[in-house]
Amino acid sequence: MTSLPPDIWQPVWLTIELAVITTVILLIVGTPIAWWLARSKAWWKEGVATVVAMPLVLPPTVLGFYLLVLMGPDGPGGALASLWGGRTVAFTFGGLVFGSVIYSMPFVVQPIRNAFAAIGDRPLEVAATLRASPLKAFWTVAVPLARPGFLAGAVLGFAHTVGEFGIVLMIGGNIPGRTKVLSVAIYDYVETSQWREANILAGGMAVFAFLVILTMTVLEKRTARIAR
Amino acid sequence: MKRITTLKLALLGATFALGLGTSAAFAGSTNVAVAANFTEPVKEIAAAFKAKTGHDLVLSFGASGQFYTQITQDAPFEVFLSADSARPKKLEGEGLGVKGSVFTYAVGKLVLWSKSAGVVKGEETLKDAKIAKVSICNPAAAPYGQAAVETMQSLKLYDDVKPRLVEGANITQAYQFVQTGNAEIGFVALSQIIADKDGSRWVVPQNLYKPITQDAVLLKKGEANEAAKAFMAFLKSPEARAIIEKYGYEVPPAKAS
Repeated sequence: MTSLPPDIWQPVWLTIELAVITTVILLIVGTPIAWWLARSKAWWKEGVATVVAMPLVLPPTVLGFYLLVLMGPDGPGGALASLWGGRTVAFTFGGLVFGSVIYSMPFVVQPIRNAFAAIGDRPLEVAATLRASPLKAFWTVAVPLARPGFLAGAVLGFAHTVGEFGIVLMIGGNIPGRTKVLSVAIYDYVETSQWREANILAGGMAVFAFLVILTMTVLEKRTARIAR
Repeated sequence: MKRITTLKLALLGATFALGLGTSAAFAGSTNVAVAANFTEPVKEIAAAFKAKTGHDLVLSFGASGQFYTQITQDAPFEVFLSADSARPKKLEGEGLGVKGSVFTYAVGKLVLWSKSAGVVKGEETLKDAKIAKVSICNPAAAPYGQAAVETMQSLKLYDDVKPRLVEGANITQAYQFVQTGNAEIGFVALSQIIADKDGSRWVVPQNLYKPITQDAVLLKKGEANEAAKAFMAFLKSPEARAIIEKYGYEVPPAKAS
């Protein structure tokens, strides 16, 4: 039995790093979007909601293709990259973060939006009569009440980013330590018949997925009980 | 009532006879796994093959390593056009390929390519520090990637270029990275850019890398398929060889058979 390649764990750390950063960004960007979607009366808000949800339906190859073109020297990504002397945002860790944020956005926005919507007007009106500013009401009333939604969004966003494959394959360039994430590493091992390595990583992913879904279900049950 | 049934039966019978007749005696089809570098020529060969025999080729494109793995797992391919000679030989040895069916259909040419004129001048282009990204295909899974690494090693430039390399899963993706401008230059197959007029290229001299001997193998699943066998034969025909050469491959001398 030969020893494992020393770089087998690198994609694991890189994937966790990518998923953590993506989740944090999504919570920051997704919360105002979810709030607006839950509270706004604008007639076109469902249009925005649809755009946010589109990655659920689109094959990753569609997003990957557009991202590859947009990130290249002829697209806005190239213009951005020229600020630091680059030509493209593809093949960078930042490029992957950007792709992941778009790809995983519906998984974060949707649960938070639902949680905000479930609060209803009443608690916020009460807060207003107690002379809380809208911002204060948001932080002290809405956010704590919507905590299960935030939790679900964060877990799903994290998990979905870990499971991302198609987009990374198309815009990543398979660079060890920068864009070679877990799913791509597994693909590589399978392609080159290194099944033991593929098994270790793939098995780990299966356990991870099991734990995520189990955690979600348990959390959901517990919050439901507390709510009652 | 009875008449209708008889009529129906007759119609049904006729349909069956027609259907079976055409598919068995005239035209069949066969599933072919094709190394991505051979995408363009095989499409043309498929058209010529169809015109000549009436058989259809159902083509799948990908990296040779990926196909090898799939074939060992019972993929429904009947012919495999690999980008190397090792994998067809291995399949033959493992009993997944038909004994004695392996032959070299093309010898591939590696080229360093840019979609812009005047960028690729020769091996010195690899040293150019202004070039931020050089695309290749995965050297572990695709022979053209392996040949690209060998070339850079022969030139003693590999350590210099390595930090700037980006990898496509197969040669088509390596080409795509250059085509979209995300990489300035890339090692691709000559066949992919044979028709390109605007870019610049350096056909890598053969002494810098081991010849990319591309072998075909008839797989066990295709052993009884007329279309698969006919295609293997057609690949050796002067007509097919002319197409292969047109795309920049070398063709091994024809064996008298």
